Amino acid sequence: MTYLADVAALTRKDLRVELRAGDTLPAMLLFVLSTLVVFHFALPEGTGDEAAYGLLWVAIVFAALLGLARAWVPEQEHGVLDGLVLAPSDRSAIWLGKTLATLAFLAAAQVVALPAFILFFAPLDLTAIAGVLLADIGICAVGSLMAAMASAGRSRELLLPLLVLPLAIPLIVGGVGAAISPESERYLLLLALYDGVFAVLSWASFEYVVTEHSS
Amino acid sequence: MSTSAIRSVPGLALLTAGLMGSALVLALIVVPEDADQGISQRIFYIHVPIALTAYFCFGLGAWKALLLLWRGEERHDLESYVAIHQGTIFGALTLITGSIWAKASWGRWWLWSEDQLVLFLVLFLFYCAYFMLRFSLEDGPRRARSSAVYALFGVVLIPVSFLAIRLAEDLIHPTVFTRDGPQMSGSMFATFCVAWGAVTLLAYVLYRVELAGKRLDADLRDLREALP
Amino acid sequence: MSQGQYVAAAYGVVFAFVLVYVAIIAAKLVRLQRETAELLELVRRKDAAARRDPAPVVEARSEA
Repeated sequence: MTYLADVAALTRKDLRVELRAGDTLPAMLLFVLSTLVVFHFALPEGTGDEAAYGLLWVAIVFAALLGLARAWVPEQEHGVLDGLVLAPSDRSAIWLGKTLATLAFLAAAQVVALPAFILFFAPLDLTAIAGVLLADIGICAVGSLMAAMASAGRSRELLLPLLVLPLAIPLIVGGVGAAISPESERYLLLLALYDGVFAVLSWASFEYVVTEHSS
Repeated sequence: MSTSAIRSVPGLALLTAGLMGSALVLALIVVPEDADQGISQRIFYIHVPIALTAYFCFGLGAWKALLLLWRGEERHDLESYVAIHQGTIFGALTLITGSIWAKASWGRWWLWSEDQLVLFLVLFLFYCAYFMLRFSLEDGPRRARSSAVYALFGVVLIPVSFLAIRLAEDLIHPTVFTRDGPQMSGSMFATFCVAWGAVTLLAYVLYRVELAGKRLDADLRDLREALP
Repeated sequence: MSQGQYVAAAYGVVFAFVLVYVAIIAAKLVRLQRETAELLELVRRKDAAARRDPAPVVEARSEA
């Protein structure tokens, strides 16, 4: 039971820090909206709605990267991560807390971004939104682990997208497919499979990535 | 460790040379030409073994990574790194030979409809990022463990990406170029097996040589530090 | 380029990669040779210094 309490405490910490500082969420929001507008100008005349769905996913992935970077950079700068690692709780709780917090930010940004997309471009049905939610989970889970890995080294802002983008490809396929394909269940299943496998893997391996000594 | 590691390699290398020579003769001269695709089908005998070998190397790298995380012995870090290094080289070769084959068969240097090529592109990007990760971290247990976890993610990514790419094809290319004919005659299959064995052995020999070289480097460094 | 030339190119690329590998290993051998020679020189110099100065018997004992 204390494990869940630890996770809740960590998530709450991140959310509270954000509410006080209040710079990550507006930035992510503005980023997605600006990107959507840029896409309008980037798409040539006469391209179908389907191209727009593709670009939506690009926007989502990059917004997620922004959120992840912001979730981890202050931790490294202020040595918070080292402090958390020394705490007696199970280290994977750190990962779970961070993932949930980032997920909250991403979902909050999407609450505004998705209606904007519907307004500017094309409708989104229920399966499309389900796809977005499932992909959110996947990208936050994997992204948190990658951010933790990158945080120990140099040029971590550059490294994080490099580590995350190849892993995000199945998510993009799943998301776009869920939005435009008549057989959207297959894509939702792909997303669910990805989430199941990679979330468990990330949760289990987080401990190895943040500890310094060999134990 | 270094001396015993290298002793069997010359023998293996000779075996590889023999096998590779046989494979070349078989693939380029002996085996009958494919009726449908003509001479360009012969690229298949080098391209697919290289692709399979790349998978083998990534698998070896992931296995060594698992050993590192599980048993904590430091030597597995270098072994995992060298295996993934080999895998990336063979992955690049897969993309190059695949591209040449695409140009010869279909007239274009790149085909998004070719599952294997696209999968390799994704994996190539993934494993290039592996090296970026390693170079940005300081030498030590943390780097070894992060690399190991990343290597494990890689092999899990292989089937998941494959599924995704298969599904993506339906989205992007409703008309599918027919893939390489799965039905191979007996002699073709035999040639393929010889070539596959040769390339796998080649990768393994290169892996051992590179590993020995890196270990020698580390030993010399230790020696230098031991002397004031 | 004819089809046959593409086949040759594909096999040729593989061959070239292996040869580049050999070149890299040769270069590494050169470097290892140099380092070993340097270390050997270091040891020789230490030996000569130890023989010139009999005083550091204490040092010899602590090394053993």
